[in-house]
Amino acid sequence: MNKPFAITLDVGSSLANKTGSWRTERPVYVDRLPPCNHACPAGENIQQWLYHAEEGNYEAAWREIMRNNPLPAVMGRACYHPCEGACNRAQLDRPVGIHAIERFLGDEAIRCGWKMPVEAPSSGKNVLVVGAGPSGLSCGYHLTLMGHQATIYEAGPMAGGMMRFGIPKYRLPRDILDAEIRRIEEMGVAIRLDTKVADLAETMRTHPFDAVFLAVGAHLAKRAYLPAGDASRILDAIGLLHNLETGEKPLLGRRVLVYGGGNTAMDAARTAKRLGAEETIVVYRRTRERMPAHDFEVQEAMEEGIMFKWLSTIKAESGGTFTVEKMRLDDKGKPQPTGAFETMEADSLILALGQDVDLSFLTRVEGLEIEDGVVKVGPDMMTGCRGVFAGGDMVPAERTITVAVGHGKKAARNIDAYLRGATYAPPPKHELAAFDKLNPWYYADASPTVQPILDRARRESTFEEVVSGLDESNALFEARRCLSCGNCFECDNCYGVCPDNAVIKLGRGNRFEFNYDYCKGCGLCVQECPCGAIRMEPEQI
Amino acid sequence: MSGPAQVKFYQTGTFTIGNRLLDVSVRSVQADENRSNSLTSGHRACQGCGEALGARYALDTAMRATGNRIVVANATGCLEVFSTPYPESSWQMPWLHSLFGNAPAVATGMAAAMKVKGRTDVRVIAQGGDGGTVDIGFGCLSGMFERNDDVLYICYDNEAYMNTGVQRSSATPPAARTATTPAVGGEPGNVMHQGKNVPLIAMAHGIPYVATATVADLRDLEYKVDRAMGIHGARYLHVHVPCPLGWGSAPHDTVKVARLAVECGLFPVFEAVDGEVVGRRTIRRRVATDEYLKLQSRFRHLFSPKRDEERLAAIQAIADRNIARFGLLGEGVPA
Ligand SMILES: Cc1ncc(C[n+]2csc(CCOP(=O)(O)OP(=O)(O)O)c2C)c(N)n1
Ligand code: SF4
Ligand SMILES: [Mg+2]
Repeated sequence: MNKPFAITLDVGSSLANKTGSWRTERPVYVDRLPPCNHACPAGENIQQWLYHAEEGNYEAAWREIMRNNPLPAVMGRACYHPCEGACNRAQLDRPVGIHAIERFLGDEAIRCGWKMPVEAPSSGKNVLVVGAGPSGLSCGYHLTLMGHQATIYEAGPMAGGMMRFGIPKYRLPRDILDAEIRRIEEMGVAIRLDTKVADLAETMRTHPFDAVFLAVGAHLAKRAYLPAGDASRILDAIGLLHNLETGEKPLLGRRVLVYGGGNTAMDAARTAKRLGAEETIVVYRRTRERMPAHDFEVQEAMEEGIMFKWLSTIKAESGGTFTVEKMRLDDKGKPQPTGAFETMEADSLILALGQDVDLSFLTRVEGLEIEDGVVKVGPDMMTGCRGVFAGGDMVPAERTITVAVGHGKKAARNIDAYLRGATYAPPPKHELAAFDKLNPWYYADASPTVQPILDRARRESTFEEVVSGLDESNALFEARRCLSCGNCFECDNCYGVCPDNAVIKLGRGNRFEFNYDYCKGCGLCVQECPCGAIRMEPEQI
Repeated sequence: MSGPAQVKFYQTGTFTIGNRLLDVSVRSVQADENRSNSLTSGHRACQGCGEALGARYALDTAMRATGNRIVVANATGCLEVFSTPYPESSWQMPWLHSLFGNAPAVATGMAAAMKVKGRTDVRVIAQGGDGGTVDIGFGCLSGMFERNDDVLYICYDNEAYMNTGVQRSSATPPAARTATTPAVGGEPGNVMHQGKNVPLIAMAHGIPYVATATVADLRDLEYKVDRAMGIHGARYLHVHVPCPLGWGSAPHDTVKVARLAVECGLFPVFEAVDGEVVGRRTIRRRVATDEYLKLQSRFRHLFSPKRDEERLAAIQAIADRNIARFGLLGEGVPA
């Protein structure tokens, strides 16, 4: 070969030099568990549905929610969104308004009539679900998706359970609730209303079901011992909300006391105001900081003019005069009586002291165990009686509709396994994508979108929904505030910052791959990945 | 200010290299699957080398701006040595190794040759390290500016002669430890000198375009290379490129170190047209100079065995002066 003077070798590419051999550690792509997902009692993959919503692909986002939760429009309104409490964005400015986007997606699905197709072949198995509340509906929905026939027996005249009888209209409009329940029915879940199961053992004997899921909730109002001259002035919160729903309008009078500090107390007080009470006073034995009600509910109640009397217990009633004892908190934060009394005038008293489960229908079920007023279940949601599962407010857990929906899903998965003679093994959880795994530099400053709030005058007099939804552009903006914690969102940072071009871009939707022939293991990609989706691992030698 | 378009509220805006939510027209060159990779894999730069990164960022942009018609003259230094150990090369365009001190002059010749041959479509780039640019090549560079030759000169400033073992250059910052300014004696490290600010000297020549950039802000760097390639005459781009080996920083911190240099005010990022500053990148999250210095062992003697308060304050004063002089505080950044 003819070469110029002093040249003995052809020009070669440095690609012949595999610098990957320098490496002692290697970067690997991982999916970490976003804190929102981790906190969701219904097990939603929030980061994943936000990912679709960020692209404006609302239907895909909604379908991702529906993999875990059949009631997005309800949940977007009524869930207390523990996801937002865990959201990493809170450490930059404010959490992503997950509930508002979920609500937008849920409403969008109703508006567009999106349906869930049942693709699984029929298994021929029949499952009885007792109770058409969030847990029962969720279980029936998931069982249907898996090919089983679910039949729900509901004691009341309407489906929805606590979603209907526990959450006032101004937080959850009934057309929304009805639409989401109707969609579940249309998939093939049979709902038998006014069908009370009085004795489960008897029902199981006469109607041979392959499995049973119990989700009757907790409807019995707890009473306080209260010597009262005129018992008709005293009613309970759950009964009040229930009667309102079935069309009865209770006469509360001008001045109403609400006794209790939970969310039901807030609902009752706000409802009383809307029913025309001029003064509504919440009486609670501890302080505001120690109230179990969610802060935003207390806030909204205060805005509506509800008054609060802290550190007080109601001792007796006589002719519209209530005797109230002042309390003080001891070092442990427990309220202690002080012996100092005062009186308050009121036309009625609403008790909101919690609820118990009506367990009378279970007495003859063999093996089923009851402890502290609730039904014992294993990690698979099965009771002591084989083939009988339970969930929601009637089992030991936090009593929220989201927990109930989660129970319904979990039970359905275990029932499905049970019906096939198998056991359900949940997939292993990924490592948590904590804030220290992120590189927050890369996130643009974007303050949260505010949902419009109904003005006060209308809130005090009507049952119109207090908080409005987001419109499309707001929802898109809000979705794009998500940091995509622990999961690649294809920002190209790793592909860009590698000084050795050792990252291969696989094209939209396919993420990236490392070219270990050239990766020197510097770790720049790990450091500069905004969302913590790359991990360094020691090289195996 | 002028500068690359800021896209708001797309999760990361334009802070990241790319983003699937961005319109293709506003994505960076580096986000492109088919970018030219002007400096390809297999080069022998250290792990996390800022110079290798900066060179690919700059030249890929120039390639796209010119439809791949560039020729490059490269001064001696790491960039040349790690990319082209005979007979291999990592460069994927016509590339010529000059001497340590004459890259600007060689580029002038290349530009003249292209003109004679009527190849005005082919553009000329010269590049080198800080030693090759601000020290030994400085005479040639000044001549190139003065003649307004049609060359973009890119200096990759890693603040010392890295290739020969980290000797001090006139771009080495005050107090930094190098092989020739060891951390011994009463005032360990480099003297507290005023340095030599070549971007300002370039501006004094009144050339059409002068800019500074860093590997921590790719969008800005690409915008400047693109803008420079749209102009004829002498142009100068000064890119701050951390060197893990010479600075004693962790290889994975290269971009972070470059970012903190900007955020603390020690490295002002600006651009100038015809000798006048027309734009600057304002500080987004201001940090004290200590935060920047602490990541680098070349400044360790300022912190241990005890804090050298006097010189740390002097370095902070340099940053404060830059901030005031170039107007680096944007809206909402606490002073
Ligand atoms: C005239 C001459 N003197 C000295 C050298 C040795 N030499 C080669 S590279 C280099 C330092 C390069 O420093 P810089 O330009 O800052 O580039 P870096 O390696 O830091 O990227 C020196 C001194 C040389 N090649 N030629
Ligand atoms: S010594 Fe510095 S400039 Fe040279 S290859 Fe290593 S990191 Fe890059
Ligand atoms: Mg140098």
